[in-house]
Amino acid sequence: MNKEWKKEYEDGSYSVRTCGWSPPGDHPVGCGMKLHIKDGKLIKVEGDAEHPISQGRLCVRCLALPEYVHHPSRITSPMKRSIDDRGKDKWTKISWDEAWDIIVPKIKQLKADHGAESIVVFGGTGREACLYYYPLGFASIGTPNVCYPLSGWSCYGPRCAITDYILGAGYPEIDFAGTFPDRYDNPEFTLPKYIVEWGKNPLMSNPDGFYGHSIIDMMKLGTKIISIDPRITWLGTRSEYVCQLRPGSDTALAMAFLNVIINEDLYDHEFVDQWCYGFDELKERVQEYTPEKVEEITWVPKQTIIDVARIIGQNSPTAIQWGLAVDENPNGVQLGHALLSLAAITGNLDVPGGITLGAPAALLGKWRVETRSNLSEELWDKRIGAKEWPALSTAMATTHPDETLDTLETGKPYKLRMGWFNSSNFITATCSAQPDRWYKALKSLEFNVVQDCFMTPTAMAFADIFLPLPTFAEHDGVVITHFGRNPVFLGAMNKAFTVGDCKSDIEVCIELGKKLHPDMWPFDSVEDFFSKQLKPELGIDFNDLREMGVYQPKYTYRKHEKGLLRADGEPGFNTVTGQVELTSTLFEAWGDDALPYYKEPPYSPISTPELFKEYPLILTTGARTFTSFHSEHRHMPSLREITPDPIVELNPETAVLLGINEGDWVDLENMFGKCKMKAHLTPCIHPKVVHAVHGWWFPEKPAEEPSLYGVWDSNINKLVPHKHIGKLGFGAPFKQMICKATKREA
Amino acid sequence: MSSNGLLIDYEYCTGCHSCEVACKNEHNIPRGKWGIKLTEVGPWKLTGDKWEWNYVPVPTSLCDLCEDRVGKGEKPSCVHHCLGKAMEYGPVEELAKKMAAKGKKMVMFVP
Repeated sequence: MNKEWKKEYEDGSYSVRTCGWSPPGDHPVGCGMKLHIKDGKLIKVEGDAEHPISQGRLCVRCLALPEYVHHPSRITSPMKRSIDDRGKDKWTKISWDEAWDIIVPKIKQLKADHGAESIVVFGGTGREACLYYYPLGFASIGTPNVCYPLSGWSCYGPRCAITDYILGAGYPEIDFAGTFPDRYDNPEFTLPKYIVEWGKNPLMSNPDGFYGHSIIDMMKLGTKIISIDPRITWLGTRSEYVCQLRPGSDTALAMAFLNVIINEDLYDHEFVDQWCYGFDELKERVQEYTPEKVEEITWVPKQTIIDVARIIGQNSPTAIQWGLAVDENPNGVQLGHALLSLAAITGNLDVPGGITLGAPAALLGKWRVETRSNLSEELWDKRIGAKEWPALSTAMATTHPDETLDTLETGKPYKLRMGWFNSSNFITATCSAQPDRWYKALKSLEFNVVQDCFMTPTAMAFADIFLPLPTFAEHDGVVITHFGRNPVFLGAMNKAFTVGDCKSDIEVCIELGKKLHPDMWPFDSVEDFFSKQLKPELGIDFNDLREMGVYQPKYTYRKHEKGLLRADGEPGFNTVTGQVELTSTLFEAWGDDALPYYKEPPYSPISTPELFKEYPLILTTGARTFTSFHSEHRHMPSLREITPDPIVELNPETAVLLGINEGDWVDLENMFGKCKMKAHLTPCIHPKVVHAVHGWWFPEKPAEEPSLYGVWDSNINKLVPHKHIGKLGFGAPFKQMICKATKREA
Repeated sequence: MSSNGLLIDYEYCTGCHSCEVACKNEHNIPRGKWGIKLTEVGPWKLTGDKWEWNYVPVPTSLCDLCEDRVGKGEKPSCVHHCLGKAMEYGPVEELAKKMAAKGKKMVMFVP
């Protein structure tokens, strides 16, 4: 083993071993790589063969890292712009000192005149900032309003909250032997017989830190796949079964699986008797969801439903991997509840080869939670939407996203005056519904700060101060998979070189924090900060982690039997009843049904048949590609060469009826908005369904308003409505809208 | 003339393009040209629930099987970075044996 993190060569060049996390690239997947630096420039990225998870492999986004870090349009020093020039490309470079001299008095003045709650911090999806935008708000600035603007908090948060309420555990992830240095060979590990991919395509998305191609590793060893997806994906063509369901009908399908498994007595009686609460009620409820009835709802043939249910019931271990489709659905809480119930009653929770569970408290999460102590009760009570949506605000420390837009638009219950956009480009089709409505509403803010690596449409529209972020290759940090909620490993992010005058999220938190709330920031340096997080929980400091490269915490299966899930040390789950709540005590207390149920999407052939005549296609959005992470990477030449355009997928039969050919530009339109996409015809999508990608803007188009890099041209989120969310406040219809498609003239 | 080849298991080539970009980095190949290029067959329906959909990366005349890397004891860049671990480099005879042993969805190139 050749594990030194930095190696120097005779020609003066050197290499640094590190683990990746966006910006740019991905969720906290922490892929291992060696960065080769010559004359201060990153000249090459090579996958680290000694990394236990990625094992030398790298996706195109990291392979193209040199293009990103040395891109000519990268912003590498702070900039200011007059408020009158918002939307114009009229920037002046400034020093960090000058930036702080503008920002700090402005925050103090707003707090004094209008209260700290007049400031809102916006966060984005999946980047390193996801760990830091909360402390930035609570402890550096001192506001209770930290906002993830995606309608219904429709990404990861709902799954975490559902798990918290139903299992009292951290994030459930399929077992891929990630915590074992010897991986699949470890004697404690059992290969899953089946993996059920539910509304997820991990090969491209590497969700939350799960290394997507582990699926391929396990398929080679013998694991079989069941794909639950409206599209036949490439993985679907390698699956034993595909349930090609109608978008948004997922909960009905999950209930039908439960129906077959319970009625055919295929469930794990011992687990149900000992560890589950409310089985009889669930048994009664699922009687409504017969395979016959659910075939009508979902389009999945009755026999396929029965076959797949039997496979899940009769093959242990079977691991269910739930995807974004659980979150981006107003009926998603019920879907998540049904899927956890399915895993529980089949005995697949926290067993080798089944679904692993994180501890209730996130690893390295203590500090983040404690930063809230900077806020008085009175101030915390002002968090937007918290009282109205207790099911959301109990699990999430943020505002309610939809209420935040309402507040911006109405000035009620109070006026928001300052926005801090931390790695969030959400007027692009990323983490907001109705981004054009947000765009208008955000214009009311008096002062905005944006942190990013490039000038984005969002920054061009709103920033008064732009603070440049370094990439993961340019600063020290720690990457922790699943944001600590089920950590497979921690990886050292090592500063390899410097580009310009950028500061990382944690550097900005500490610097600003020391100016405004110094008692909350007792850290001498970034290294000191990380050591103080690592030492109490793992007994290592930052330098130890650097030397190790990757730290894999020991995993314990069947934690509920050993008293490892509950604070009182008793066996069981960390829920109200101490059991897996097949019948939820909390959902009922919050005014929803205690049991899962199917509800039609807000717009569908069944719920809005008249509208469906005008908009006769079901629109699903947001599937990932290999070449971009949300709105990143559109200006990387080698990646744009692979994926040049935003794509809508249509079935060839549908395309013929509409006179659309491969490669035509197509208008997608519904009652909320319109955008254009390039047609790709594929038989892998149902004739009544179209799929459109997200995240598109065009760095080559004019920067200034009204263009904003063409941000409105192919912005699919304009077709997704505001506040069409579930009863508990979670889930918006990003994957089950309706629309029409027409060929664009010229 | 090389007696070494590239073995590709197209049951598991996921179409990720890593081979293309890794190769371009290694050989400094400009846009519009490739040392190895992904091809796609399908998707189309065979019968029932079965589908044909395969990716196969094809090395071009610019491929030298990473002579320099191999000389240093490393794998060719495409093989090293392949996400599906669906590529292998080695003597043609050895790779042919592996093809026969797996018995399906294998192809070998001698670029």
